[in-house]
Amino acid sequence: MLKIKELHASIDSKEILRGVNLDLKPGEVHAIMGPNGSGKSTLASVLIGRDGYDVSGSVTYEGQDLLALSPEERAAAGVFLAFQHPVEIPGVGNMYFMRTALNSLRRQRGQEELDAVDFLDLAQERMKLVEMDQTFMSRSVNEGFSGGEKKRNEILQMAILEPKLAILDETDSGLDIDALRVVASGVNALRSEGRTMLVITHHQRLLDYIVPDFVHVMAAGQIVHSGDKDLALELEANGYAGLTPRDERSAQVGASV
Amino acid sequence: MTPVKVPVRAAGGVLSELASKHDGHDLGWLAEARLNALEWVGKNGFPSRKDEDWKYTALDGILAVPFVAAAAGPGPRVTLDLINKAAIDLGGPRLVFVNGHFSPEFSRVTGLPSGVVVTTLAAVLAASPDRLKPFLGHTPGEHHAFAAFNDVFAEDGAFIHLTNDTVVDEPIQLVFFSDTEGVPLMTSPRSVIIADSGSRATIVETYAGLPEDVYLTNVVTEVVLAENARIDHYKVQNEPVTAFHLALLDVRQARGSRFNSRSVMLGSSVARHEIRVLLEGVEAEVSLDGIYLPQGEQVHDNTIFVDHVATNCTSHQLYKGVLDDRGHGVFNGQIMVRHGADGSDANQKNKNLLLNDRAQVDTRPRLEIYTDDVKCTHGAAVGQMDDEALLYLRTRGLPLESARGLLVYAFVQEMVDRIELEPLRASLAALVSTRFGSGTHRAQP
Repeated sequence: MLKIKELHASIDSKEILRGVNLDLKPGEVHAIMGPNGSGKSTLASVLIGRDGYDVSGSVTYEGQDLLALSPEERAAAGVFLAFQHPVEIPGVGNMYFMRTALNSLRRQRGQEELDAVDFLDLAQERMKLVEMDQTFMSRSVNEGFSGGEKKRNEILQMAILEPKLAILDETDSGLDIDALRVVASGVNALRSEGRTMLVITHHQRLLDYIVPDFVHVMAAGQIVHSGDKDLALELEANGYAGLTPRDERSAQVGASV
Repeated sequence: MTPVKVPVRAAGGVLSELASKHDGHDLGWLAEARLNALEWVGKNGFPSRKDEDWKYTALDGILAVPFVAAAAGPGPRVTLDLINKAAIDLGGPRLVFVNGHFSPEFSRVTGLPSGVVVTTLAAVLAASPDRLKPFLGHTPGEHHAFAAFNDVFAEDGAFIHLTNDTVVDEPIQLVFFSDTEGVPLMTSPRSVIIADSGSRATIVETYAGLPEDVYLTNVVTEVVLAENARIDHYKVQNEPVTAFHLALLDVRQARGSRFNSRSVMLGSSVARHEIRVLLEGVEAEVSLDGIYLPQGEQVHDNTIFVDHVATNCTSHQLYKGVLDDRGHGVFNGQIMVRHGADGSDANQKNKNLLLNDRAQVDTRPRLEIYTDDVKCTHGAAVGQMDDEALLYLRTRGLPLESARGLLVYAFVQEMVDRIELEPLRASLAALVSTRFGSGTHRAQP
């Protein structure tokens, strides 16, 4: 469903992604781990179409050239990013925002729009997944939300927009253990055969709750190691320092994906 | 100021015509005041960029047009339908002026409680002109040449008098519609609103006209609030982009009175809305809000002078501008706290959103304080569209244009929400969001 080949990305002539290769199949949950500055968030940014990067290589999503699409076209095609730093938008109500978003997607997909009443029903049902109440919906988007509330709001959007490819960028950052549990259980409830997830995280902790099918390690703009969920535990024990660049371990990487 | 030729044709002729209209009354004072005002303009000329309060707004475009003072008579193309499209009918009393002159066929003055007079300046000039002496008979050139020009040419406008403790629930609507059909007319509406003690009313002024008409609306509205009176004043300026709009809203407030102004600037090639508020009675409160949305080549100037003379008065100003294309906005706000005006509470805020590189805003919040015991703040901000917010919305599926529209609307929504008159708020919300191509956006579903 998502095939990334030799993806390079640079910003201000500084190369951040230096040949990323990944292959995600429907329903799989992949985790990408790696130290700060390894390019994890840049990969997410490039996948959702953030401006400002010089990109080469290819990203094929359900047979389409993903890199040729605008961010909104990618959204309509089913790509979703849970932001590491969700944006506050004063003056735009959360409920209104989500309904507008859902209806934009439905319009682009040729589906009928939901009216306010139908949307409210849907929202109320999905809010339970992340233990949010109505008061969140009448506030402005993310405005004055705590770190945990912002992350729950991201997962709520995912629950409402029902993407096929969900990218979770550092969804655990800034969360205490209770909030992490809520967010993770929301994510787990949204796992399905038709939904692929790419979970980007700095810490192994998140992967205790969202158990991935595959774990990849990113360093210096490349995937340097791939394995199953046990790789995360190994990293937790030995740290990233023990890893060597891909050119020395490429055989193992190729074999494990 | 440099002396200039008065750019209105037949000015003298109009004057003599005005004087002769009111035979039977001693209009010596009025004729004299008009002549004095005209002479003052001739001598002092029009303001230029050398004048502090006109520094950012070029008047060349206005002064280059050979305007003709508008005479009474129905506009050839005006219909009630056009008027209703330009100004939502809120029910209740409604005075419609076409080219600055009262148009009885489009107007409605019914259902008013006793204790309130809603009529026209022309009617008062005809019946009891001396009532207008404090307004039209003042010292020439008190403010500037355009206000003086209004003194010269003002023949009509609204005259509203609320007697003690009269409360008018329904908004009093004043619609100034222009239909100049190829002739560059200058209209000079002059409205007078007198609120006696404890009275209360809402006034809605709308200015509009027909596309492509070139004209100048040079309007003066005077509001006098006695003790504990309250006036809520709304102004919607939606003249065609070929027209010019210069306005002075002059407010005097006695003890404990309250004046709220909400202004929405949409139209005109060059529009300047000047508000002067004199807080001369203790514990008077004034709140001035406005949005200005210049696009294309439009210039929108808000010039404000709040004069704290008495003790314990409060003034608030919040102006927000969205500048698109080569649009140019000006916020020129001054708060003066006079010696002895202890306990003054004044704040002033101006925020601007520039939508592209060619748009421009000049913002100049000013505080002048001559006493110690005051609480005053002011601030200005100029920003651009938040790219991160834009991306966020797009990743949720909103097309670029809708995302931009939503963010712009979110920026001005706070101002729209301050409009307490429900049907007017909805109508302005629609006007504003249409302008940014974004449909209607509400924070609450």
